[in-house]
Order: sequence, then structure tokens, then C-alpha cells
Amino acid sequence: MGILEVKGVGKRFGGLQALGDVNLSVAERSVHAIIGPNGAGKSTLLNCLVGKLIPDTGSVLFDGQSVLGRSPHEINQMGISRVFQTPEIFGDLTVMENMMIPCFAKRDGAFEMNAIASVLSQRDIAAKAEEMLVEMNMADKRDMHASAMSRGDKRRLEIGMCLAQEPRLLLLDEPTAGMARADTNNTIDLLKQIQDERHITIAIIEHDMHVVFSLAERITVLAQGTPLVEDTPDNIKGHPKVREAYLGESTAAA
Amino acid sequence: MLGLTRKDTTILLIVTVLALGAPFLLNPFPISSPLAQFNAGYPDLMQRFVIFGIFAIGFNILFGLTGYLSFGHAAFLGVGSYAGVWMFKLLGMNVIPAILASMIVAGLFSVLIGYISLRRSGIYFSILTLAFAQMSFSLAYSVLTPITGGETGLQLSLNDPRILGQSVTPDGNIPVPSLFGLEMGENTRLVISNWVFTFNVGYYFCAVILILAFYLSIRIFRSPFGLMLRAIKTNQTRLNYTGLNPKPYTLAAFVISGMYAGLAGGLMVAMDPLAGAERMFWTASGEVVLMAILGGAGTLIGPILGAGFIKYMENIVSKINETILHNWFAFLPDGLEDIVVSMVYPFIGKGWHLTLGILFMLVVIFLPGGLVEGGQRIGRIFRRKKKKETGDGSGATTVNPAE
Repeated sequence: MGILEVKGVGKRFGGLQALGDVNLSVAERSVHAIIGPNGAGKSTLLNCLVGKLIPDTGSVLFDGQSVLGRSPHEINQMGISRVFQTPEIFGDLTVMENMMIPCFAKRDGAFEMNAIASVLSQRDIAAKAEEMLVEMNMADKRDMHASAMSRGDKRRLEIGMCLAQEPRLLLLDEPTAGMARADTNNTIDLLKQIQDERHITIAIIEHDMHVVFSLAERITVLAQGTPLVEDTPDNIKGHPKVREAYLGESTAAA
Repeated sequence: MLGLTRKDTTILLIVTVLALGAPFLLNPFPISSPLAQFNAGYPDLMQRFVIFGIFAIGFNILFGLTGYLSFGHAAFLGVGSYAGVWMFKLLGMNVIPAILASMIVAGLFSVLIGYISLRRSGIYFSILTLAFAQMSFSLAYSVLTPITGGETGLQLSLNDPRILGQSVTPDGNIPVPSLFGLEMGENTRLVISNWVFTFNVGYYFCAVILILAFYLSIRIFRSPFGLMLRAIKTNQTRLNYTGLNPKPYTLAAFVISGMYAGLAGGLMVAMDPLAGAERMFWTASGEVVLMAILGGAGTLIGPILGAGFIKYMENIVSKINETILHNWFAFLPDGLEDIVVSMVYPFIGKGWHLTLGILFMLVVIFLPGGLVEGGQRIGRIFRRKKKKETGDGSGATTVNPAE
């Protein structure tokens, strides 16, 4: 059984069936990609996993526990961190302050909201944040305003902030959308490095096939709200159903 | 010093010097000079500077840090005032219990209003707080008359029990607020040739509390709690996905700023033991918003400057009348004098709101960071000139003078 089990999840927006009957199992410590054409329901699925949306039917289990009905911060505390399509960082704060917030939020492996303990542990937190910045190769930008950085750096910071919480599952929503080639390659290298060193589970939604095929161990193809196929990257590449969904070629004609 | 960085210590020292030296600093003109009307160094006005300064500091903790614009903060000031007067009526004329009661009651009241209003953000939060404040005002004005004194306001009387003090002084008067026997209204005058400096016990009591309140606000700004509040202002989504629930933080900020407002209300009645419902009216809430924005929301010293600026305008510009204007422009030819006076007239006296409005617009358009940003810009111009003179052409633009 995988760390994330999605069973029969459906979501309807008015007359639009965004998700039909999605079943998905993400194995622990793997990189699982979810691909599909625009409007296939990828982001809706992700929103259902993190508590932003509540599915109409089905269940979502993380490590054997249901995530449904919990608010986003509670789901995050269970060990699911999310990286957004447009980097969600604290734009008005410095890079260092950005990194300190997840370090304050999760201290010694637990989530805490104790103001006095925060003040007392301020020095340790700063040291941990600094360490994390060095690891993300951003230590030289520590006093910069986060909003002044390039998109690639913002993404890097966001991933770093997620990692500072030591999540068990990292969800990435089109992490390379709108990025230059060099930034994209940097992001791929970063994610590979994370996977090698930290052995966390990564679920990634992506448009860019170059990214998908260089990272994923398993791929699920979504089309019109239902999973089309799930297989290894090699098998997905030449799959007729995938070609049909993406290119509109009918299988009969091919 | 005191757990502050050098820059913050400097700001604290500036505020301390301004607050303690106010009787001198606000009295630069000798009484015989025609400019004496611009002096603001009399106790009544100085007390208002300081009390509204405390009010604005508290408001800034909510608005400056979290970005939640409360439009009903005067309600806490009013509730604090009533609580203070009741302490005078029931317990005795010592100001300490009165002020503590003001803070506690305002704090409890803000837990209630904050808990409900913070379910929404942005304009809906502002409207909810405004609605609550107006509701409190109407209640205080009508149904709650037995507690609030209604239209006449809540006053002390000779029949009050004052279980720890005396109901009536030996000479048959209502006793006055005091700090362990030291009367708030007591003045000491210092006459140096043409200058008269007045030192008022009540003012210095308020000033010391202002300094403490300011120190506390610096600590809050620089603490992890302050960091979380700034994070809320920037991006609540990310904070949510960092495993933190923003609500306890915003509620705590709301209650802290409500207690600051209560403290201001308590000090008001400690200076003058009378509380009226008009203190809770929405214009009073709007005034503190103006103070924070005019001075510089989110900066440490901004709200104090804004509060001082607005209270100065309210009391000094509004006192200028037509005769004074005629005196000023007497050097002009007769016809021209009348024209100039009639042009300036709408901006003075009762028209001071017009001047304030125009200044407010200018600040918001040209100095979005308020008076503090204005000061920083001037500072930068001077620094640039200095650099040119010393021939330091390294072109470094990010020199921080505080380090």
C-alpha cells in the first residue's frame, strides 16, 4: 500500500465533472508524475489532496489516515507540503525571514505555536534556517526581498521552505511553468538531489515532458477527469491512448 | 540595550527624549511673541499627544503588521474609558486600578469582537468592526444609559461609594484622580525670562507609560510573533501550507491592540474623569487610521508622529481666526490683504479638516510610507550630498547608516 491512496475521488463544479473516478496510489519514496492535457483535472486533484477542495465522492488516505475534512494547515502538519504553480512565498519579507517561518512552525519535529518558546529558541531557528539556505545554495541572497528574486530563485526558496518542514510527501504543481530552460534544468537537478538525499515521496504535476521523463518513476495520465493509464515512463512514451489524449489522434486511424 | 538592536535603541531613545522633553520642545516661542499661539506645550494638549500616541501604536500592531484594517478601534477606547470611570466610582481615585481595569475590560471586549470579525478579511473585516463600533456607540448612547451615563456621559458624583477611598473630600468636593496621593492635575511652573514651562504630573505619568508601551511594541515587532504577523500580511496561503493556522495570531494581535486602545481610554479618564459615548463614534476610529497612515503604517515611530501631527493641527490650526490672519497679512496693500485672507480663511479655524484632508491626500499620493518615508528621503538626499563632497565615488547605493 502506498503512502498516498486516492480511491474513487470525484468532484463536480456545477455542470462540469472535473474529476470522475480517480484512483491513484503513490508508493513511498517514489517520484510519481501526473500528466494530462489542459482541463484534465490535475490541479483539482491536487487541491483535493491538500484540503483546499473537498471531493464529492471517494476517499483520500495519507499514511492510512483520511485527509478529508481537515483544513490545509492540519493536512500540512500530517506531513504533506505543497509547492504552487506560481511560487507562494512571503514577498515582503527577506529570504532569511521566509526560511525562518517554516523553521519556527516545526521545531524538533513537531508543530508548535508557543510565543515564549519561539523567543527562547530564536537563535537555534536562525541557525537552522541559515543551514537550509546554504543547502539550497541561496545563502548569498539571505537579506534580499523575496519578491525581488527571479522566478527560478523564488521556486527554489519555496521548495526549500517546504523541505525545512521535513515533509513525507512533497506535492509540486507545475514547478517549471513559465521558466527559462536553464532555470528548468536547475529545478530538475534540485529535485533529483532532494530525492537522492532525503528519500521523500514526490508527486508532481507537470506539462513539460522533458521534466516528467527525467524525474518520474511512475506516471499517471489524466484525461477529462479520469485516469487513462498508469505506467512507467518508458511504457507511457509510446502508449496509443496517451497520444490520443494529447494529440487528438484517434486510435483507429493510427 | 534591553534586547534591542542599535537602530531600535536609537528610536527608543528619540521617543524617550521627545516624550520627557516635550514641555520644552513644544514651547519654543516666548509668551510675548506673536508666534506664541503655535506653542503646544500646555498639559492638556501634551496629554492628548501622548494618549493618542499610545492608541496609534496599538492600532499599528494590528494594521501595520497584519494588514487587517480595523475601523472600529475607538470602541475599545470608549469601553476602556467607561471601565476606568467605574473604578473611580466604586474603588477609589487611584489611577493604577482604573487603568488596569480599562485594559482588561477592553481586552475582553476585543476578544469577543475579534473572534467574530476575524472570520472575514479585507473590506468585510473593516465593515464588521465598523458595525460593532457603531453598535457599541448606539448602545452606550441609549439602552445602556445606567452604565454609560447616556448623553451626558459617565461622571463622578458625591454619592459614589469609593470603598478604598473617600466619597467626598473634607472640603466637600469630588476627589481627583491621583497616583498614591500624587494628584494628576498638579502643575509646576518654571519661568525663564519670557518662557513659561509647565510640568504636569499627569503628563509625565502618561509619558512614562508611552515609553513602556513603545518599548513593548518594538519587542513585538522584532519577535517571532511579529514575524508571523508580517507573514500573515504578505501571504496567508503560504502560512496555511506551512502548517500554521493564522487565526490565533490575528486574534492575539487584535486583542493586544484592543488593550492598547483600552490603556489610552484609561489614561484619558485618569487625566479627566469623564467618559462620553462620542469617544466611540466612527470619526474617532477613522482618526486613528489617519494617524497610522499619515505617520507611516508598519513603521515603529510613524504612528506616534502621525498622532502628534493630527492633534497639533486639530488644536493649533483650528485656533487661528480671521483677526490673526489679518495681522499676518497686514503688510499687503488693503485690497490684496482681503483677497489673500479670504483665500486662506477656508483652511483655518473650523476648516482645519480641509487642510488635514489635503495633507493626507498629498502624503498618500507622494509619500505612501507616510511622514517616516519623507524623513528617510530627506536623509538620503543629505547623505548623497555628503558623499559627493567627500569625493567618495564608489557608487555604493545600499549603505546602511545604522551599521
